[in-house]
Amino acid sequence: MSSLGPAFLGLLETRPQHGYDLKRAYDEHFATKSPLAYGQVYATLSRLLKNGLVEVAATETGSGPERKRYAVTDAGVTDVEQWLGRPESPEPYLQSTLYTKVVLALLTGRPAEEILDVQRAEHLQQMRALTRRKADGDLGDQLICDHALFHLEADLRWLDLTAARLDELSGEVRDR
Amino acid sequence: MTRPTPSTDPATPEQRTPLLAAYGLRKSFGLTQALSTASLSMEEGEIVALMGPSGSGKSTFLHCLAGVVRPDAGRVDYAGTDLARAPDARLSALRRTEFGFLFQFGQLVPELSCLENVALPLRLNGRRRRTAEREAARLMERLDVGDVARKRPGECSGGQGQRVAAARALVTRPRVIFADEPTGSLDSLNGEKVLRLLTDTARESGASVLLVTHEPRVAAYSDREVVVRDGRTPEIGGGR
Ligand SMILES: Nc1ncnc2c1ncn2[C@@H]1O[C@H](COP(=O)(O)OP(=O)(O)O)[C@@H](O)[C@H]1O
Ligand SMILES: [Mg+2]
Repeated sequence: MSSLGPAFLGLLETRPQHGYDLKRAYDEHFATKSPLAYGQVYATLSRLLKNGLVEVAATETGSGPERKRYAVTDAGVTDVEQWLGRPESPEPYLQSTLYTKVVLALLTGRPAEEILDVQRAEHLQQMRALTRRKADGDLGDQLICDHALFHLEADLRWLDLTAARLDELSGEVRDR
Repeated sequence: MTRPTPSTDPATPEQRTPLLAAYGLRKSFGLTQALSTASLSMEEGEIVALMGPSGSGKSTFLHCLAGVVRPDAGRVDYAGTDLARAPDARLSALRRTEFGFLFQFGQLVPELSCLENVALPLRLNGRRRRTAEREAARLMERLDVGDVARKRPGECSGGQGQRVAAARALVTRPRVIFADEPTGSLDSLNGEKVLRLLTDTARESGASVLLVTHEPRVAAYSDREVVVRDGRTPEIGGGR
């Protein structure tokens, strides 16, 4: 996940912390599906360390394994600031598997409408799950779910538009 | 589809009697055929979204299912009655006592207070003013519009008005709620509030909801969807 590094830097900017606490904070704020794996946490930290974006603020040796406390460096703060200021490139969504399926169905004389219907049901099922999750969640959950819901809704609008133009598309595909 | 043998579990969905079911409905207005073969079956407590593009026949279908419009052909079974053939008096009694209605526009009486509007269906069923208004006030609290009870509908915001209308649809504790694009004229936050409260309240009371919408985010509050296209739906079993 490309935002993991900057997210760690930002979380460390709030206060220096151990890898374990960092993972907990990340999961709390951002985990959408499954919690971060420890392997991922430590791989990310060692990369940030190597690039001079974080440093080890303290090492505690006790009965258990050695515990390092990490802090963000000035370079790290600059890095997260630049990342925040850079707009994400909007997804062009120009390569659609669904479009390929529809055209292939038309080319091979299979029912393209069924493909669209099945996909519509699948999308709505996912939207129901998100709507339920939204109902039980806090504001953060609601915003995360709404983001996904709006995307799925856009897909559904495309499905309806395509369904309405299947005859036309079918003619075009066969003439090509 | 294979028929279940009589020895199978009696709780299989195929064997449960639906609360409301329509088979092969046809309806024309002059030369316009609004419905050609529309069928649908709803279980008790189910929330079903009726989807489809504008003009596909959703509202006509809802009206036929609710006994508001008589289909030209087909059958509408509700609790042992065929609504397509039932006498007018029986239909209007059902609409008053067992069905609730929620539409996009113009359903509240402008001269009455919001509380009186919500209590109206109970008053029409012969309930005393005191008990009717107590029940109405309880529902208005539940739908977060207790504070506009004494106001006229014209003094409310669009979102409040819609929630008052939802309270009115629910006040008789209907077994089926017919909602036709209930959030069509609202911004999305208000719309979501109405939908949440409507579906939550329906689930609590075990009411079924037929939710007509062309919006996927609205349909996502349902248990399943039925898509109408050019007056047609996919076929269902059970019709004769
Ligand atoms: N009362 C009516 N008189 C004449 N035509 C009607 C009437 N009601 C609906 N129609 C026509 O029937 C078709 C289906 O309409 P409707 O059921 O309102 O569709 P939807 O609710 O999906 O937009 C449309 O072509 C509409 O113009
Ligand atoms: Mg309509």
